Amino acid sequence: MKPIVVRGARVVDPSAGRDEIADVLLQDGVVRAVGRGLGTPDGAAVLDAAGLVAAPGLVDLHVHLREPGREDVETIATGARAAAAGGFTSVCAMPNTDPVTDNQAAVGFILGQARRAGFARVYPIGAVSLGQQGEQLAEIGELAAAGAVAVSDDGRPVATAHLMRTALEYARTFAIPVIDHCEDQSLSHGGAMHEGLTSTRLGLKGIPRSAEDIIVARDIALAELTGGHVHFAHVSTAGAVRMIREAKARGLRVTAEVTPHHFTLTDAACESYETNAKMNPPLREATDVAALRAGLADGTIDCIATDHAPHHYDAKEAEFDNAPFGVVGLETALGLAIAELVEPGVLTLAQLVERMASGPASLAHLPGGTLRPGQPADVVVFDPAAAWTVDPALFFSKSRNTPFGGRRLRGLVRWTLVGGVVVHSAGDRPDTGNRSGR
Amino acid sequence: MSGALGKDLLGLEHLSADQIRLILDTAEPFKEISERAIKKVPVLRGKTIVNLFFEASTRTRISFEFAEKRLSADTVNVAASGSSVVKGETLVDTARNLEAMRIDMVVMRHGSSGAAKFLADRIESTVINAGDGKHEHPTQGLLDLLTIRDHRPIAGTKVCIVGDVLHSRVARSNIWGLLKLGAAVAVCGPQSLLPLGIEALGVHVFRRVEEAIAWADVLNVLRLQLERMQAGYIPSLREYYRHFGVTVERLEQAPRDLLILHPGPMNRGVEIDSRVADGPHSVILNQVTNGVAVRMAVLYLLAGGNPELAEAAKGASDR
Repeated sequence: MKPIVVRGARVVDPSAGRDEIADVLLQDGVVRAVGRGLGTPDGAAVLDAAGLVAAPGLVDLHVHLREPGREDVETIATGARAAAAGGFTSVCAMPNTDPVTDNQAAVGFILGQARRAGFARVYPIGAVSLGQQGEQLAEIGELAAAGAVAVSDDGRPVATAHLMRTALEYARTFAIPVIDHCEDQSLSHGGAMHEGLTSTRLGLKGIPRSAEDIIVARDIALAELTGGHVHFAHVSTAGAVRMIREAKARGLRVTAEVTPHHFTLTDAACESYETNAKMNPPLREATDVAALRAGLADGTIDCIATDHAPHHYDAKEAEFDNAPFGVVGLETALGLAIAELVEPGVLTLAQLVERMASGPASLAHLPGGTLRPGQPADVVVFDPAAAWTVDPALFFSKSRNTPFGGRRLRGLVRWTLVGGVVVHSAGDRPDTGNRSGR
Repeated sequence: MSGALGKDLLGLEHLSADQIRLILDTAEPFKEISERAIKKVPVLRGKTIVNLFFEASTRTRISFEFAEKRLSADTVNVAASGSSVVKGETLVDTARNLEAMRIDMVVMRHGSSGAAKFLADRIESTVINAGDGKHEHPTQGLLDLLTIRDHRPIAGTKVCIVGDVLHSRVARSNIWGLLKLGAAVAVCGPQSLLPLGIEALGVHVFRRVEEAIAWADVLNVLRLQLERMQAGYIPSLREYYRHFGVTVERLEQAPRDLLILHPGPMNRGVEIDSRVADGPHSVILNQVTNGVAVRMAVLYLLAGGNPELAEAAKGASDR
């Protein structure tokens, strides 16, 4: 494996408190050195990164790769390729596949497929309950031993307070978080979008904020009871942000993520019955968007995760009620985050890297998220100023279900390196000439 | 086909007051056709219309069919239960296949909100929404407006919609139409059957039907479906009638006589007392009669008919 020198980048590595122009030397799969004027070892490749940002590769705690079961909409290979294109070097695959990732063999299958594919690293998340049925605990110890980095019944909430309690207690032994999709299904049942004025006008059944807030409150109480680590998936409401902030202030082990679509869009995107704006939890209102951004800024929300959820064109080409929930996000996350958070001054670039790389890596105890010497050579090099227009036809993902088609974003990934190997470069994608450069 | 109303009629929310008035004014001359011995004029001769009903309907489907036939259109009725829909065909495929047979208009009733717009965006033919989920039922809203206008000017009239507003497409079309024509609009019902944020549409909310009756000039009483009790929105139909039923006793307390509308089908003794439904101030059957005229007007205008010629078109039946 040839050494690589990333030359002259603005190196942003919050884990080392670094934000300066420097070179990064990657050798033997790890970061060898970061500093000014590093030489070029014999046979090394040089990536000229003048004017670009080099940061630890992005880490996404929440993706749906659909394999096994729905390989027609995404596979581990295409998902890992899309991740690399988005600047992600590690992604965590939710277990709601068919069959469910609720045993050690299923974990091994995902790791094997990811290894064969190359591209981004894929870490499996195991199920909390067998078959995600909400009844019997899955063998969490064996899942963890096989390589699962967390457990979750995502797609649905952990069904009962008792199950959540025992999962939190049991998972402590293996030091992995329990990730919950917070939704009181007795309140959300049949709902298609956020309950508010827009749902009233469109005549669609609404999902109230309280459906999320009630389970967040339950889980905080159980985190307090058990001392376990709850990670809140895709927080969407101002109330959840407020409760998580308070729980953290009380020293509880709670962490949280927000998706790019929830910090960017409101329920107005469902206007005209746009099924690509149908997701769960639903897009909320401007007050929630403001609270989510404030939560990101003050650290209440630890990280940005995409909830990348591929769906077939036919499934979304349907009446709003009948379309499935979910949007793809891996290839638009960084561009949205820079356009919506860094440009308006919600986060500094260093804070953004913390929320998209070192933060998620450390809360799930993953390698990476840092450029400290000796750590995996997982690096993203991007042009923070480059503007580009989202063209879903150019996605590496097999699916195109995004509400962001045609939107102007900022921040273009130039190279993604995993283990010191370039797994994506901007030229890999057919250029439609819509990139204006800097 | 595109005239004063555009290609489709999907709802009243996006129509202007002038467009709504145009439909009502155009309906006036069409009323008379249904009173004739020979109830037919040739204005839609050669036009092909498909009535595509994915939900059960008696009144609306027959009303549309009469309107189409009295304008001399060729019509086909498709009910979901007897069609390829039960074989798993998608809505858009069903419609595109119909369109491949060269039709002019589709009148559609569907259980999903937004289904009419979904279809209209994907086919060339004119789409008329005959009820989409809980969203809109524009021709019902229009016939309610026409019926109220037969008795009093709409501007300034106080209309209260009573009952299950949450699940009602009739309520939404009424609210938009009435507000655009200058009526004062209120809703009344248990809060569990009122949509969140309904006040923001510009309507007043009454929690007790007695207060609504004291305020209103017109009551539009909505059907309460039995399923609402089973789904836990209300404890029982009996209790609903006791607290929200429109009864003679309650109406007798009103400072003035109220005009009573109901979109049907009625649950006598649940949302409305039979003595009210059959009473002197009920215009429930007038609504049904006006429904045919309003639908004739909508069909005529969407087919590109000239509003000024509606009166003359009527005379063409003499040929």
